[in-house]
Amino acid sequence: MEAGIIRLIIIAVYLMLLLVLGFFASRLFTGSKNDYLLASHSIGPFLLLMSIFGTTMTAFALVGSTGEAFREGIGVYGMLASSSGIIHSLCFFVIGVKVYGFGRKYGYSTQIQFFRDRLESDFVGVLLFPILVALIIPYLLIGVMASGTVIQTMTAGAFANEGIFANKNPAFAGGVPPFVGSAVICAVVLIYVFFGGMRGTAWANAFQTIVFMVLGLVTFVLIANKLGGGESFIENLKTISAKVGADHTTRASMSQSKFFTYLLIPLSVGMFPHLFQHWLTAKNANSFKLSVMFHPVFIMIVWVPCVLLGIWATVPGVLPEALAAKIPPNAVLPAMVKLKTSPVVGGLLTAGILAAIMSSLDSQFLCIGSMFTNDIVEHYVGKERVSDRAQVWLARGFVVLIVAIVYYISLFPNPSVFAMGVWCFSGFAALFPIIFAALYWRRLTAAGAVSGILAAAGSWFYLFQKSGYGSNRTYAIEINIPNVVDFSIMPVVAIFACTLVAMCVTSLITRPPSDSTLAKFFAPQDT
Amino acid sequence: MKYVIWTMVLILLIVHQDFWNWFDNTLVMGFIPIGLFYHACISLAAGFTWWLATVFIWPKDLDADNDPTQESH
Repeated sequence: MEAGIIRLIIIAVYLMLLLVLGFFASRLFTGSKNDYLLASHSIGPFLLLMSIFGTTMTAFALVGSTGEAFREGIGVYGMLASSSGIIHSLCFFVIGVKVYGFGRKYGYSTQIQFFRDRLESDFVGVLLFPILVALIIPYLLIGVMASGTVIQTMTAGAFANEGIFANKNPAFAGGVPPFVGSAVICAVVLIYVFFGGMRGTAWANAFQTIVFMVLGLVTFVLIANKLGGGESFIENLKTISAKVGADHTTRASMSQSKFFTYLLIPLSVGMFPHLFQHWLTAKNANSFKLSVMFHPVFIMIVWVPCVLLGIWATVPGVLPEALAAKIPPNAVLPAMVKLKTSPVVGGLLTAGILAAIMSSLDSQFLCIGSMFTNDIVEHYVGKERVSDRAQVWLARGFVVLIVAIVYYISLFPNPSVFAMGVWCFSGFAALFPIIFAALYWRRLTAAGAVSGILAAAGSWFYLFQKSGYGSNRTYAIEINIPNVVDFSIMPVVAIFACTLVAMCVTSLITRPPSDSTLAKFFAPQDT
Repeated sequence: MKYVIWTMVLILLIVHQDFWNWFDNTLVMGFIPIGLFYHACISLAAGFTWWLATVFIWPKDLDADNDPTQESH
């Protein structure tokens, strides 16, 4: 049987398994909105760890990191993985646990509910809703695009003899084209999210996180052995790594100031709406402990093999010369898997890559629906006028609309997964001062938050447009004063600074929040 | 202990900027570039630091504040 067909069958079986999982989760669904969106606050430590980790590890982590290591070398790990290990857990600890406390105490399901209460302002919600949805769209796009690329690369040749899915590039000829692969992935995720709600999403996330971590390590060992060609695994590692050029085993081509300023990007998790929702599913505050401790270690387990695979792909002969010259970064990992493993293993590993992608898409789909029903429908139409069941259906309808928009955008040429991810995360990171100040600075006012949000949105859009809407993937702000300084920084620094200054200055010159609000959100000695 | 742990977090952020490994292409154990190995160690150190945080400075009484009868908004 054609190798592409074998891989396609394995992918199909895996997708069926997910649908079955969603079906079983739906049997526990009580029908209430709280159960659908927050799993009735029933998620324990292990499931919380796996679901939060699976949600934060996207196509960006697997496909993007391998592709970027292929282009730029090992620096990508320090830029985003080790920094995320420190800063993600910091956000879980200083933001997540506190938000969980307020969420349980006052019954919040979304960030906007919290901000409206804390800032005594309805307008904050009106402003934040479209911005958060707009920032989630490129995040969704990363997953949708990458899934299409992965499926096409891995099934190439499956229908070549029948002349179906012809492609000028022989590496993709006869493979399921991205418009079909992406559509199938969207449909599967939509179905299990619709059936299982947050409980189904958490189960699917945990299952898929285990799948991609285990299969990722298996891939790594198999490819290392194949590339090394020797008997022992360690010897094989040594053989292949010794052939990598110094430009990829060092950070010689990377700017130190850019590397430093990348530190701000992982702060984005503090403002991810889908993570906010995951935090609220926790059974109790102690459920967070495993996530805080193990998140950095899990990042290491996933990223180190991907980065090594990326730099190994630069060794002459590992990828066919014609392919290596024009391979898109997003296709490096699937190409390595396809070329260096058997069809069955390749199919399983493809399922692992898709697992990482889908384990983020599902939470994002659910969170968009949650924001729409809670922050728009319930807030403006009224809880008493729309039943719980009707709200669940409205949430589903809105999710389908957003997914359709994302899918439509994915049909056009887009920047690399890595570049798009960095812009998307920069936007969320720029909003970090707002959530941090809302939790720890009693002087933050609604006007201050609104100014900060507008400054973030305006500066983000200005710089995004300057980068050619992401097409200049190495875009940075050059600070150049002749004979004094000359360095480049990531756009996130400027956007973050705009938010911070606008928020602080406006808050300090406007009237402080009322005593009752301060009493609600701050300990008595602080108010 | 609070100050010790927050100092450790700060140190992690500082040592993360390892400009001294920038051009070093040594392969640790013969296969892992030192710049990658060093940052993998930072990931492990971060896990250890956050473990200390969960043991020594975890906020108390968070669950006691919650009223289990409240449903979502």
